[in-house]
Amino acid sequence: MTSQVTEQVEVPAAPRGRLDWLNRSTLGRHLAVAVAGAVILYLISVGLDAYRDYLMAEVAATVVAVAGLTVLIGLSGQISIGNGAFMAIGGYTGALLFSHLHWPLALIIIAAALVAAAVGAIFGVAAARLHGPYLAGATLMFAVALPFLANTFANQLGGDQGLGFFVTTPAFLGVNFSLQRWQAWVNCAAGLIAFILLANLIRSKVGRSWRAIRDDEIAAALAGLNIARLKILAFVVSAAAAGLGGVLLAIFNGTVSPSLFTLNLSIQLLTAAVLGGLGTLAGSIWGGALLVIVPIYLEDVAVGHGFASQSTSAAIPILAYGVVLIIVMLAFPRGIQGGLNRLIKKKGSA
Amino acid sequence: MIRSHSARLAGVVAGLAALSLVAAACSSSSSGGSTSGGSSKLTASAPGITATTITIGSHQPLTGIAAPGYDEIAPSSNAYFQYVNAHGGIYGRKIVYKYLNDQYNPTITATDVHQLILQDGVYAIFNGLGTPTHLAVAPFINSEHVPDVFVASGCECWNAPSTLPDTFGWQLDYIREGKILGAYIAQHFKGKKIGYFYQDDEFGQDGIKGLNYEIPKSQVVAEESYDPTNTKIAPQVAALKAKGAQVVVSFSVPAFTALLKLTMLGLKYNPQLVVSDVGSDAITLAGLLAEFAKNKTAGFGNSLTQGIITDGYLPSLGDTSNSWIALFHKIYEQYLVKKKFPFDGNVLYGLAVGYTFVQAMFKAGRNPTRQDLINAVNAGIPQASAVAPFAYSATDHNGITGAYIGIIKNGALVQTTPVYVTDDTPTGAITTYSSPQPTAPKSGIPSP
Repeated sequence: MTSQVTEQVEVPAAPRGRLDWLNRSTLGRHLAVAVAGAVILYLISVGLDAYRDYLMAEVAATVVAVAGLTVLIGLSGQISIGNGAFMAIGGYTGALLFSHLHWPLALIIIAAALVAAAVGAIFGVAAARLHGPYLAGATLMFAVALPFLANTFANQLGGDQGLGFFVTTPAFLGVNFSLQRWQAWVNCAAGLIAFILLANLIRSKVGRSWRAIRDDEIAAALAGLNIARLKILAFVVSAAAAGLGGVLLAIFNGTVSPSLFTLNLSIQLLTAAVLGGLGTLAGSIWGGALLVIVPIYLEDVAVGHGFASQSTSAAIPILAYGVVLIIVMLAFPRGIQGGLNRLIKKKGSA
Repeated sequence: MIRSHSARLAGVVAGLAALSLVAAACSSSSSGGSTSGGSSKLTASAPGITATTITIGSHQPLTGIAAPGYDEIAPSSNAYFQYVNAHGGIYGRKIVYKYLNDQYNPTITATDVHQLILQDGVYAIFNGLGTPTHLAVAPFINSEHVPDVFVASGCECWNAPSTLPDTFGWQLDYIREGKILGAYIAQHFKGKKIGYFYQDDEFGQDGIKGLNYEIPKSQVVAEESYDPTNTKIAPQVAALKAKGAQVVVSFSVPAFTALLKLTMLGLKYNPQLVVSDVGSDAITLAGLLAEFAKNKTAGFGNSLTQGIITDGYLPSLGDTSNSWIALFHKIYEQYLVKKKFPFDGNVLYGLAVGYTFVQAMFKAGRNPTRQDLINAVNAGIPQASAVAPFAYSATDHNGITGAYIGIIKNGALVQTTPVYVTDDTPTGAITTYSSPQPTAPKSGIPSP
């Protein structure tokens, strides 16, 4: 009650200008940022060649999946090593709808996220009873076991070969429009919409409740929060984002197969979430971009210097990537976004 | 309390992050020579082709689970290309071979191949290695109308001229291989109890399909599969033993052939082993056996491979009288000894598939478009280093059509039967192929 009163007092009495609604409306502010982001992404995409557009689509898919995980870990305090499996659910849902029902792409993307969310809800019920390493173990098992379904139901899911998911550029863009640019647009648009939803959720009552649970579960329960329901909700949100990331990954990759969604993918998502800074959406952008771009850059450098033509020297870029990860974690223990926030704060106070 | 909780969580997460480094993503490449030369008539007739060079690309597992042994293939193909480049090239053009490391991970394969086609503008994708990896990129390669020649996998999937018109297999496909091994087993182990051990994917399943076309169902007492990411195969081997299999047929990669043998040893189970070509290279196996068993005694590995029955579609490495082995050994000594590779089946494979590519490029003409290469392979490639002819035609994109059966003796494959050829249908007959193998050209380079 008191806090509500204080907040009301802080609201300025008289409107100060035309942009004032932005200050008051969270949604408005997020929409404005998203529109600015869309313009920037558009300009980037048309400035890039086809290969870099393709990488852009890959970064967008990864960032969305990482964002879901960073919300789960950073805000609700739960852990998941199984988000690669939710990506698989999204990817396979998308591919099945695409090849059997021929839905429009936008509907497929939404459906894939919803199906992953539904599975996340079921899993979340179990997960809400587990803590720390036990939860990590359960999600880990999920990530290991799920891809095998593709072989068990090989007739429906295509076994190891997987399912095709070949989007084409829509006719209105003309025949010569690059498929990779279209993929980048689709993935970035879906990513932006997901980010608006996530950003609003974080600023909402739900987001605040998650932080309360993360900081002290008992205190949160005493304050009247429904711990189990909130934890399940966090899982649902994280699974939906992962499912969305999965279907976006399928779109730029052109196929889904079990080997896309290995345990390694789940662990890399975690790496990216930690690297970027847990609990912040901006951090998931850093993490996702780093995860995709750094290995490719290091490889180019290695190739340029004549390394990496056989097994021993091919390990050099991988080693370098490891060193980069270690340095980032040493320099910014709270991730890149955490580090940036601290730098800005220091500057502000100086 | 709050701090300790989040610190613990951060600890767990940081630990896991470190774990992911084990298989962190990266790529790498290599290229052949690129000095100029050639005649004035040569033009930049297609993407990746200049007046002086032909640039081709590939995805290869240079690190990771599939790397041991297979990481020798691309450098070996490149060695053959360097040999060709040093002896006049293809109509004067030098081959530049850029192969990227995909770590046998299809997501990285997709990124690598997009880079090769969209950024590096390669003329063709050559010998992309692996079934799951290449499946992730074959449709994209075809949509860009890039020749996708001589995929390094025996999956039947590459023989799809209507859906993948630009893709061609090369090695003996696993169905044909299963049929040839199956016919041999049905004939030589009449009435014996037979067990299967296979990798649970396209590779193993195609192989079992071929075996089942030939081996009477009543003889098969056990079918056990393994997942290539799980090295604990004792339960499967125990099941084979419990069912009393006297002959075990294994469609496995080298590491799992070695594990199978060692696990059998541990269970005091000693059936006749029959292993598919991809998992039976004697030198690779002996090395893996010694490494896994931590036994450095000289000859330990060879003592365990003794008596394994397998098939071969390239001449046996030990057959020094074979003109192809002599040629490839010469190139091996010139380019590959310094890489510390043994002269093994993977090296032979890389050199042989490189030869086929050069054959196809000569057929494609002086100033080829990408379609010219497709047309050249569709029109058929003459048999060369393989013991059986190629299947290539406009309606068949399979490669080598036959193999002989051999037994590993003292660490080397010894051919014991004539060459058999067959097709990939359930009823197609298996016939002896008696035409002698053509001899290698003296120059070591196919004639245009």
